[in-house]
Amino acid sequence: MAIAAPAPRKIIIEPVTRVEGHGKVTILLDEKKQVQQARLHIVEFRGFERFIQGRPFWEVPVLVQRLCGICPVSHHLAAVKAMDRIVGGENLTPTAEKMRRLMHYGQMLQSHALHFFHLVSPDLLFGFDADPTIRNVIGVAKRFPDLAVQGVMLRKYGQEIIKATAGKKIHGTGAIPGGINKNLSIAERDGFLKDIEQMLTWSHGALKIARDYTLEHVKDLAGFGTFDSNHVSLIRADGAMDLYHGNLRAIDPRGKSIFDQVDYQRYFDYVAEEVKPWSYMKFPFIKSLGPEQGWYRVGPLARVNACDFIDTKEAEAARQEFVKLLGGKPVNVSMAYHWARMVELVHSAEKIRDLLHDPDLQGTDLLVTGVRRREAVGLIEAPRGTLFHHYEVNEHDQVVRCNLIVSTTNNNTPMNRAVEDVARNFLSGTEITEGLLNRIEVAIRAYDPCLSCATHAMGQMALIVEVVDCDGRLLDRKARGGGADAE
Amino acid sequence: MAIPGVTVDADYQLSIETAAAVAQHEYVVFADASVAGPEPFAFYPVHPAAQGTFSTHLIEPEDVMGMARDLFQAKAKGYALAIRGYAFHDFGETLSDKALQNLAAGLEFIAPLLQDCAFDTASIQYVR
Repeated sequence: MAIAAPAPRKIIIEPVTRVEGHGKVTILLDEKKQVQQARLHIVEFRGFERFIQGRPFWEVPVLVQRLCGICPVSHHLAAVKAMDRIVGGENLTPTAEKMRRLMHYGQMLQSHALHFFHLVSPDLLFGFDADPTIRNVIGVAKRFPDLAVQGVMLRKYGQEIIKATAGKKIHGTGAIPGGINKNLSIAERDGFLKDIEQMLTWSHGALKIARDYTLEHVKDLAGFGTFDSNHVSLIRADGAMDLYHGNLRAIDPRGKSIFDQVDYQRYFDYVAEEVKPWSYMKFPFIKSLGPEQGWYRVGPLARVNACDFIDTKEAEAARQEFVKLLGGKPVNVSMAYHWARMVELVHSAEKIRDLLHDPDLQGTDLLVTGVRRREAVGLIEAPRGTLFHHYEVNEHDQVVRCNLIVSTTNNNTPMNRAVEDVARNFLSGTEITEGLLNRIEVAIRAYDPCLSCATHAMGQMALIVEVVDCDGRLLDRKARGGGADAE
Repeated sequence: MAIPGVTVDADYQLSIETAAAVAQHEYVVFADASVAGPEPFAFYPVHPAAQGTFSTHLIEPEDVMGMARDLFQAKAKGYALAIRGYAFHDFGETLSDKALQNLAAGLEFIAPLLQDCAFDTASIQYVR
């Protein structure tokens, strides 16, 4: 008679605080009580690709923004880029393209500022082991009020840019298939120009905090969620970082090209998605490498790693320092996401400033059309990483198929790896300590995940930790924050 | 409602920059649909939270008021107008008939308060 191997012991952390949405972490132990595997579960239902079917294509750039209250602009723009092609209007007028770019950099500015100042800075300013009742935005507001105000004002500035270009701060309607429905008035432009230098100064302040923190803790961070990975991002034809448009580039952990300048209309020839039974979130990978070797990072770290240069002066100087001080690229330290994100914050502020000085924003040629198509892909570099929107439309203008690969989904395997790395290094015995909890949260937060986006639903934030033995008995349970306290 | 001296800001959800807007006003009314509570609406004061919580998907009016006070030294007085709704789980483009009636009642209640800036008068009937 065969004797069944003992089931792995499980430690469950559910859900995760200060990230967007509802996830839980399970750490599986083997019979020697060593970490066998860590899984970041996404437990919300994914269904948006079905909701969209049957809707007229012109509604889609507005509808898809309901995926998320955090990065609706990214969904708006990725969808409309696909619909540009559906109406044959992908060669936008200068005014339309620059208005969209302004909208996008506004989104990037507000999203990166919000994440850094209000979600991450408590970890960096107070340390991972600080009391969670202090290690939050309220604690930052009390100890570092100027910093907290800067975060609010950067976010507000980005939101106002979005309002001026998209019509509304949330769920705007500015970008339409083939163009844009408004330009930027002189009064709006002058209002933004008045404050842009202040935004740049504050962005540099945030960059310095992220840089100094990383360099000060570089030895510790090298052993914290650090692992080799491939990196994927959009890239301009000349190799520059381009957050709005370009072709796909993938590099391996040493920086060697896997593919380059790939037209994203054929992304499905290069990227595939794997499904696993324990998560609603799919696991994308580079086809030529297979699921085991082909997973990759996206987002600020991948973009800074993948590009040859940044086309704004101050961000390029920051990129060069980033690459040099961390031992050459690619950088595979998860916590370096924060530094890379702040390089992009400066880049976004510079781009906004440059665009505001461009008279094309006051142009009146807003819309183009061309030969209709039935299928199209829209891609954009969202704050959290590469965002894929793929649609098929029938002869009645209805969407008949939709596939979305959102940024957080692209980072699914790296986030799991980061949690596993932390668990291996910081789990002692079977007890979930506050220190382990804190570090798992910090590792996940480095990726700025939007779990709501990745599963297309909204969740609640709290932290529940459970230790369950191999027989399913609950050995330990901890609750922290929000609804989790209300057991 | 186009009432002089009243700023209307429609948003999908509250966020940190709402605190900056609060700080520029004397009185703030957070008006939204409520999934539970009295019909046709509840109207009650919103006090700044002493130890608030924050996430980008969930921030309570009390936390916004707390941030406005702590970050911008705001002295604004806050109120909530919670208009009872019903069909939150149905997909649709219009409000239910009952919710529309409640909305009309809420508007009828709030308009004169805004018009006369009468929040400090004893005549306000707090429903909750």
